Amino acid sequence: MADRVLNVTDLTKRFGGFVALDSVNLHLDKGERLGLIGPNGSGKTTMINCISGSLFNDEGTVEFEGRDITSLPAHKRAHMGIARSFQIPKPFKSMTVLENLCIPLEFAAWDRADHRHISEQAMEILETIKFAERAHENSGSLTQVDMRKLELARALAAKPTLLVSDEAMAGLSSSEVDEILEILLVLNEQGVAVIMIEHIMRAVMRYSERIVVLDAGKKIADGSPDEVMHNPEVERAYLGE
Amino acid sequence: MKIDKFWLSVLVILIAGFAFTKLADNEFYFFTTYVVLQGLIMAVAWNILGGFTGYVNFGSAGFFAVGVYTTVALNKAFGLPLPVLLLAAGVICGLLGLAAGYLTLRLKGVYFAIATLATALVLETIVNNWKFVGGAAGTYVLQPKGSFIFDNYIELLFMLMLVLAVAATAISRYLSSSRIGQGLAAIRDDEVAAECMGVPTLRLKLISTTAMGALMGIAGAPFPFFVTFVDPVSAFALVIAVNAIAMPMIGGTAVWYGPVIGALLLGAIQETATVTISSELNLLIVGVMLVLFITLAPKGIVGLIQDYKKKKGANNG
Amino acid sequence: MITLELFLNAVVAGLMLGGFYAAVALGLSITFGQLDIVNIAHPTFVILGSFVAYILNQNFGIDPVLIGVVFMPVFYLIGTTLYRVYYVSFERTGQESLSGLAFFFGLMFIIEVVLILTFGVDYRLVNAAYIGKTLHIGFLDMPFRMLVPAIAATIMTGAVVLYMTKTFMGKAIMAVSQDRLALQLMGADPIKVKRIALGIAIATASLAGALLIIIQPVEPSVGRLYIGRIFAIVVLGGMGSISGTFVAAILIGVVESFIATFYGPSWAPAVGFGILLLTLAIRPQGIFGRA
Repeated sequence: MADRVLNVTDLTKRFGGFVALDSVNLHLDKGERLGLIGPNGSGKTTMINCISGSLFNDEGTVEFEGRDITSLPAHKRAHMGIARSFQIPKPFKSMTVLENLCIPLEFAAWDRADHRHISEQAMEILETIKFAERAHENSGSLTQVDMRKLELARALAAKPTLLVSDEAMAGLSSSEVDEILEILLVLNEQGVAVIMIEHIMRAVMRYSERIVVLDAGKKIADGSPDEVMHNPEVERAYLGE
Repeated sequence: MKIDKFWLSVLVILIAGFAFTKLADNEFYFFTTYVVLQGLIMAVAWNILGGFTGYVNFGSAGFFAVGVYTTVALNKAFGLPLPVLLLAAGVICGLLGLAAGYLTLRLKGVYFAIATLATALVLETIVNNWKFVGGAAGTYVLQPKGSFIFDNYIELLFMLMLVLAVAATAISRYLSSSRIGQGLAAIRDDEVAAECMGVPTLRLKLISTTAMGALMGIAGAPFPFFVTFVDPVSAFALVIAVNAIAMPMIGGTAVWYGPVIGALLLGAIQETATVTISSELNLLIVGVMLVLFITLAPKGIVGLIQDYKKKKGANNG
Repeated sequence: MITLELFLNAVVAGLMLGGFYAAVALGLSITFGQLDIVNIAHPTFVILGSFVAYILNQNFGIDPVLIGVVFMPVFYLIGTTLYRVYYVSFERTGQESLSGLAFFFGLMFIIEVVLILTFGVDYRLVNAAYIGKTLHIGFLDMPFRMLVPAIAATIMTGAVVLYMTKTFMGKAIMAVSQDRLALQLMGADPIKVKRIALGIAIATASLAGALLIIIQPVEPSVGRLYIGRIFAIVVLGGMGSISGTFVAAILIGVVESFIATFYGPSWAPAVGFGILLLTLAIRPQGIFGRA
């Protein structure tokens, strides 16, 4: 249990009368790579919003490194080491790429990081993911794939122990998908546990050690990629009855 | 030695201002500069929320007027000295700003802007019906007797406004160049992303709205003694709200000195136009300049200069 | 003493007032509700309509309602031109929300000051045979200066509802901000749709302005009082639902009429803003809006 990073118990979230998440359990160990999949509207994004603190769940608890964080706001969770990237990139448009990375370094990672030489630390992070040549470009005018890279670099700058990556590869070409996967692997090698939400099956299968499947707000499968793919319930959810 | 340059200028400005009160003997100059400095404080205050944080306040005149009427009411009820009135106006308007800050939890963007406008008009209706401070008819306010080390009261008010303007600018400069300023910029660009990157968005927004409210209230507090007759029409004047937006927009909203440039420029133009042409026409100038800058130069004068420098640099290099 | 007579008269006065408010709010309901364009200057265009009616009525004795209708095409052109400027300056560059808002704020200020420079700050009014006469039904008093605007406003609202639901362009306007996909399937160009919609919105201000100056004397800054009121109506009405806007307008009219009757008219202006603030704070999607 000491290596348990995230423990989600009986998580329920309703929007009005609609039950988006129905008593879902989820756990993640240190440095684990988890794929979270499911059809559209199955509750994946709601799930990560509840984990990162963008939404508060109605019932159940979220524990991070053994501490109950259910009622903590998102910025406090970020300080503790939960970082996320957004499906639709949300760069700080008035800033350069480098300045974008300074924000999490100055806020989320403030308690854990060296307070001096913030921009040098930001540069190091860009170098580890081979993105340094874009450092001084305006973040608002990046290409799609570079925008995704910035999302991940910025999440990395928060010095997280858990990264939640929300469809970082949607709409990218297959070589671009490989580039993003490469970054996610580098991250993981540094000891970061990753929850990856993805529609691109090839990427999920290659990357994940374990896969959780959501359907209509319920968890219907949890196991190794092989097990999950041969689970009849998963087939039914994806192919219809 | 970068910090010293700013504080050195502050010292020079304050000494020059004091010397001005001893050298100039035409009261007209003090009336004119008072109005410009009042506009400067309002513009700097507006920009803390509007420029740094990205929340547009259309109700600046409301904050200003609450400062004005705090003075009117407390002066009438207890006859308090000016520094206490300033403090009271700052505290009350700061609290009003704090409330506006909590409003941002529910209202983003356009809705927040409309709510501020609505708040100002509700406040105006309340003052219109508040008999103690004169209601819609207005009230006369007597200038206090003593004028400290100055020859007359207008010189004192001018010097007070100069000190307040410098203080407001210093606060705005501190906010923009500190960690708080970076957090505010992140909120302005994307509030959800900022929160997820560890920026305590609510706390920073509350700091921003409270500072804005307090500064606007303080800008309004000496106003009754300046005009000696206050009514809701003058305290809630639309031109106050428009100037508070137009000055930063024209100067440039992204940096602390943008609203200062805008306020000095627009203030000087307005005061000249009022004297030489008519006061209505100077309102038209503000409106036209605001619209022209928003459509053609959204980054203001500061942005124009930066673009020019960049172009020059590119040509040379 | 609240008598039944006073009470019912307040209701009827409120219904007529609300009917007129619908005419003013209609344009904003289209721009703000459908196009996501925060035309804070809309009431100022209404005042512009009032002054057009004033000039032609005073010089040629033409009926103000007729003037309002005849000038709709001119206002339509103002609206479409305005959209071109707005599109090029803000929408195309993604600056629309806050810069666009400040743009309309400045525009409002310019129109108001130009009107003040031209006409001064005196109250202006129009003449028509029916103004000053009152229709009595039992103990109910219905002044024609209220009744005529209420009826004209209801007809205009009805016409706009018909246009929006029955014509191709109307349906495209209703889809333009909520349902991009439907718009694509319809094969409509969103820029053209928005241009026409803003044209229609400003055109309604022509008649609304003429109706305003029938109800009360007008001076250039009267428009500001309507900002809170009509935003309250549009937000309360559920953002862009035209029938919702109409119901909300009636509601605000009745509440204001009650406040004016029982507490005094100087409090009435706060009603709209107060309701707006409450609505925004409690239920931003309006009482008739989707959850």
